Amino acid sequence: MQNQCDTSTVDMAQVAAIAARYKNEPDQLMRILLEIQSVCGNAIPREAATVISSVTGIPEVEIYGFITFYAMLSDKPRGQYIIRMCKSAPCHIVGAREVAQAICDCLGIAPGETTADGLFTLEFCECIGLCDTAPAIMINDAVYTNLTPQSAVSLIRAYQQGGVC
Amino acid sequence: MQETRIALRFVGQYDTACVNEYCALGGYSGLRKALAMDKNAIIQEVNASGLRGCGGAGFPVGRKWEMVAAAEGGNKFVVCNADEGEPATNKDRVIMAGDPHSLIEGMAIAGYVVGASKGYIYLRYEYPYIFPVLENAIRDARAAGFLGDHIFGSDFSFDISVVSGGGAYVCGEETALLESIEGKRGEPRFKPPYPGTSGLYGCPTLINNVESLVTIPPIVLNGGAWYESFGLGEHHGTKIFTLSGNLVNRGVFEFPRGTNLRQLIYEVGGGCPGGRQLQGVQTGGASGNIINANMIDIPLDIDDCSAAGATFGAGDIMVFDDSKDVLEIVENLMEFFSHESCGKCTPCREGNTRLLQLIRKIRNGEGTLADLDTLEDLSETMMDCSLCGLGQASPSPVVSTLRNFRNDYLSKIEGGLK
Ligand SMILES: Cc1cc2nc3c(=O)[nH]c(=O)nc-3n(C[C@H](O)[C@H](O)[C@H](O)COP(=O)(O)O)c2cc1C
Ligand code: SF4
Ligand code: FES
Repeated sequence: MQNQCDTSTVDMAQVAAIAARYKNEPDQLMRILLEIQSVCGNAIPREAATVISSVTGIPEVEIYGFITFYAMLSDKPRGQYIIRMCKSAPCHIVGAREVAQAICDCLGIAPGETTADGLFTLEFCECIGLCDTAPAIMINDAVYTNLTPQSAVSLIRAYQQGGVC
Repeated sequence: MQETRIALRFVGQYDTACVNEYCALGGYSGLRKALAMDKNAIIQEVNASGLRGCGGAGFPVGRKWEMVAAAEGGNKFVVCNADEGEPATNKDRVIMAGDPHSLIEGMAIAGYVVGASKGYIYLRYEYPYIFPVLENAIRDARAAGFLGDHIFGSDFSFDISVVSGGGAYVCGEETALLESIEGKRGEPRFKPPYPGTSGLYGCPTLINNVESLVTIPPIVLNGGAWYESFGLGEHHGTKIFTLSGNLVNRGVFEFPRGTNLRQLIYEVGGGCPGGRQLQGVQTGGASGNIINANMIDIPLDIDDCSAAGATFGAGDIMVFDDSKDVLEIVENLMEFFSHESCGKCTPCREGNTRLLQLIRKIRNGEGTLADLDTLEDLSETMMDCSLCGLGQASPSPVVSTLRNFRNDYLSKIEGGLK
């Protein structure tokens, strides 16, 4: 889980099918890659990039250039749930740091790391547009606002117990 | 204080999954009226409204439309900037979640006026829950004949696609945004040429913010003078403000332009919670000026804010109380810019990192008086020499706090405070 994506479970035919949409929708490269990422365990592994390149005709190096530019795309393996903790100023001044610390302590990992069971990847992120209900975080596509260290820990516990999906 | 809701007029007033409810409120009658009007007459109304771009730069909307309408080129585009990445702004999210049809209607009117048949909404990745709202609304509008071929039986055809951002603040800059839609890294282009003459795929492209576009249908329906009249005194129309930070009531509110910042903070925001005192306000988002508590008697509009040493931006107001360390906030902001600089040009890529290092040095008690001069010199170079607005504006928190919170710097420097 550390350096290499486990590609044995990734269906390259599915990757190719999604990538094939590029031909008719060249303006949707981002969403195509995001979708591929979601079926590849929250990352775009080397093998998938090769497939994408051959299907779309975009050189592999350009695909990597694209992936590495955008924070939401990753070539490194990540957990099933990506926890994005906003650290921008409006969140920061109403207690985002304390919330982030509580989440790190609860999971026993630092931002940038993935839990040993592969369930959670923790990331700091910049403003997620919930400033008027800060502090805020996202867990995959779900948003959580007005957090306190206590409510953040309860939330993580609920995810750990499978109570949220 | 009573809000004046124009851009927010339909937010929460109808079920976004039901286009008929929007129509019952008068929805799409602005588009119907526009298609029977002369294009120049619409531009005249938009000019008369005094509407200035709501995404931060404040360029007059009617003038931009005029230029794109006049640009040579068969193929043109309308792009809605829904990237909303500026920390302390979340108004466009509220509009899109609560009233997607006004955005579609505004874009269609824009398309008719400038001569575009294709529109894009560039929506930031961080709003995944807005994608289905917009895409369902687009689908419903198409089914009802408000998008697609021969709208209202006219010879005008227009359709819209939603494109996703990828979590890069710089993609809010209009040319970086275009690069991103074209499937490239979001690095700003050199200007000129401006997007109005050479934008998406080299075609003339109109780029407007969400709030600018949703203000168009009521202007078309009621006239530019009607919209203009809502501003206080010499000011034109209204603006949405996002209130964040240490306030009792945070949120998104629409008021006449020219409304006083102090009133907004105390009468709408309710002041600082917990009996704390106001220490300062960052105006205009992360790249805006930070002012102190003595400076807040400002009529909120673009030119008044600049004249008073504040920043209007997209109407972003982040308040902090007297328990906060101003330099810690500045450090946080410079971390943001160091991280979000795209790296294409040196003043911004290197400059933000150096500013951050110097702020950290001073916070650690290792700063000297000479470092304050370096901060100022470096900031000036960045403002003058950076390629895009990110690097040009990112020193604002540093420059403004050096002016408005100078003692906070001096107190950390040996021999600073005499
Ligand atoms: C770094 C940077 C980020 C920006 N982010 C946004 C944004 O998120 N939304 C927006 O509408 N404009 C943003 N802008 C301003 C746009 O470049 C552009 O001026 C605006 O979208 C034009 O629309 P308007 O005239 O309707 O405001 C940004 C500018 C810069 C330099
Ligand atoms: S100013 Fe900054 S963000 Fe803009 S082009 Fe230069 S490096 Fe990139
Ligand atoms: S600053 Fe955290 S959501 Fe905007």
